[in-house]
Amino acid sequence: MTLELLKRITDSLVDGDPDATVEGTRLALDAGLAPLTIISDGLVPGMEVVGDRFQTGEYFLPHLIIAASGMQQAMELLEPELKQRHEVVQRLGTVVIGTVQGDIHEIGKTLVATLLSAAGFQVYDLGVNVSAAEFVSKVRETNAGLLGLSALLTTTMTAQRQVIDALREAGIRDRVKVMVGGAPVSQEWTETIGADGYAEDAVGAVALAKNLVS
Amino acid sequence: MRPKLNILSSELVEQIIAEAYELLMDPGVRVHNDEALQLLGDAGAPVDLQTKIARIPQQMAQNALETAPSEFHLYDLDGRPVVHYGGDSVQFDPGSAAITILDSDTQQQRVPLTADFVDFVKLVEMLPQIDAQSTAMICGDVPEEVGDLYRLYLALNFMRKPIITGAFRKDTWWVMKDMLVAVAGSADALIQRPIAVFDVCPSPPLLWSDLTCQNMIDCAKNGIPSELVSMPLSGATAPVTLAAAVVQHAAECMSGVTICQLAKRGAPIVWGGSPAAFDMREGTTPMGAVETWMIDCAYAQVGKALGMPTHAYLGMSDAKVVDAQCGLESAGGAFMAALAGVNMVSGAGMMDFESCQSFEKLVIDAEIIGMAKRLLAGVQAREQPIALDLMRKLGHRADYLAQPHTLKWFNKELYIPSAVIDRGSLDGWKKKGSKTATRRAADRVTELLANYHPPEISRELRRELRELTTDAARRFGMDELPPLPEVE
Ligand code: B12
Repeated sequence: MTLELLKRITDSLVDGDPDATVEGTRLALDAGLAPLTIISDGLVPGMEVVGDRFQTGEYFLPHLIIAASGMQQAMELLEPELKQRHEVVQRLGTVVIGTVQGDIHEIGKTLVATLLSAAGFQVYDLGVNVSAAEFVSKVRETNAGLLGLSALLTTTMTAQRQVIDALREAGIRDRVKVMVGGAPVSQEWTETIGADGYAEDAVGAVALAKNLVS
Repeated sequence: MRPKLNILSSELVEQIIAEAYELLMDPGVRVHNDEALQLLGDAGAPVDLQTKIARIPQQMAQNALETAPSEFHLYDLDGRPVVHYGGDSVQFDPGSAAITILDSDTQQQRVPLTADFVDFVKLVEMLPQIDAQSTAMICGDVPEEVGDLYRLYLALNFMRKPIITGAFRKDTWWVMKDMLVAVAGSADALIQRPIAVFDVCPSPPLLWSDLTCQNMIDCAKNGIPSELVSMPLSGATAPVTLAAAVVQHAAECMSGVTICQLAKRGAPIVWGGSPAAFDMREGTTPMGAVETWMIDCAYAQVGKALGMPTHAYLGMSDAKVVDAQCGLESAGGAFMAALAGVNMVSGAGMMDFESCQSFEKLVIDAEIIGMAKRLLAGVQAREQPIALDLMRKLGHRADYLAQPHTLKWFNKELYIPSAVIDRGSLDGWKKKGSKTATRRAADRVTELLANYHPPEISRELRRELRELTTDAARRFGMDELPPLPEVE
């Protein structure tokens, strides 16, 4: 019974059916399964299968994004239960991410945020056209160890530097690792502005984030 | 008869237009620009100032499509109308705003510098197949904040062809306008004989950002043509079905035309775009995908049905070097655009999505464009009767090389490519060094640049352009612009 319920959750993620994921999670809770068990033996294996199939080319981005959304909805259901039991999910780390001020390109940033979240990071996505002050205050508020800055325009790349300066002025630069990305961003630029890392694409961003928190 | 591609049935065109009008009312268009919201509200469109959503009634959009000119010309700097936006005219310009250049020596991407863009402008001047210039790359040796206007400054010093450009900020647009006015002689002359078009991009789905909306309004009010670059990315920022992506494109363009015409009735504006069929494996925006070309051709057909001049970003490649994929994709897109009768096809030279410009690709693309234009000229009778007199005269002799008929017609019937295209014998090819197309293209680049002669531009005009640019650069910490490469 327990195994069946968990498998149902796993399969729903693999099949890309978020409603079934939510439903399965609710049934599992009703059956008295521990939230942490639901996560580790139901949801995580599902995400792993999806991730593997994406890597081998069998699955495509829609599979990945829909599974991540199912996972997220299930987590929202589990969150109050976890709080009540004073339990916390082991996260790889907390990331604040956004597209810098003056720039409204969001697709790449959102992909990175989704994959980071699917990989086990707690992600706060601030959206696009985000000011340095907003980044600083969110990092403070969430105590995030990672900050991701996306910029797609040569004219807005400079805003990445401004955010780093603002972190320094706020006295929290050494508390947070800064990752930068976007089409015009390069390793050289990363070094010029004193960021901690750069990745070409979303898969690289996950590897980079794991690297920076380890 | 000219070959023509109609990718949509007329019923489908009608339905796309009908659904686009409906989208303008529900869910409406997000307009993050106060002036545009004011214009729409004053004209009677329901506007929610909280959510910044404007609902555009069909009649208002229809009126705008009526008052927008169905055609206009761009003039070269000698005052000749060389580009015709409208009807089925087909013209080509390079892709714009590349972030990198594929270095000719290393074949690696790097940040472009002043000298690179100047050479690029010269090459475009020298390639007869290419009809207009574009502000094709962003130079890394000036402050990022003036990157957009600096490329226009450089181009204006070396070009005669008209130019497709765009601003990345609200304030830089004004400096760019001042430069164009200086070159045209007066604001009025610029209105009478436009020499430039500004690209303005709505954000998919159904959003006008403050910046691009303001650029569009400022263009309209100052009589400068603007070009809508709507880019539904099917499956990511737009529905995945191609027809639905075209509906979204139409709604975005209709909203742009409406705002533009409310700012100034009769202002020239182009129905254009740079959509992509989103790649579901890499999460990229391929310009070389056949579905991308199909979306482009489909929306061009919709634009024509609405009586609008058209534009598309086509003839580009996602390849990272000038290789077989690069040629395949560039040719496919350029030919489709030509057959669809797109008035301005932007993309020559561009690769790696819209990131990189290559000199070698540009001269290869010029050959593709030459062939595409030849295709459009079609198969013509030329003489009456077509063949009877001549063939009866020669009987069964294969002696056509010796005929005056051949001499008279061959270079009208044939597009004669440059040495970039190899049609020699194997031996001949080996004797010339067994060069690949890319190597032959590099040779042609060198040859064209060596033969370029700068246009005569008065000292005063050069100084005025330099002062306008320097003033802007000063505001962002650069007192002295990089030296302008030799103009003599
Ligand atoms: C789609 C697009 C748009 C859409 C954006 C839609 C949206 N909602 O996001 C719209 C139409 C709104 C748009 C508008 C404009 N755009 Co635009 N756009 C593009 C385009 C074609 C694709 C970008 C994209 O989404 N790619 C797909 C995603 C998945 O890739 P990505 O963003 O690069 O992200 C990946 C990596 O970079 C990395 N990454 C990204 N962020 C981060 C962050 C971190 C922390 C890490 C580690 C990694 C990382 O991982 C991502 C996933 O793999 C590019 C072309 C290009 N070559 O990039 C031009 C491009 C970026 N745009 C450009 C321009 C000029 C503009 C405009 C200024 C045009 C105008 N005049 O109106 C406006 C800008 C408005 C503004 N203020 O921002 C230029 C920039 C030129 C330059 N030198 O700066 C480009 C290069 C095209 C061109 N050559 O003209 N654009």
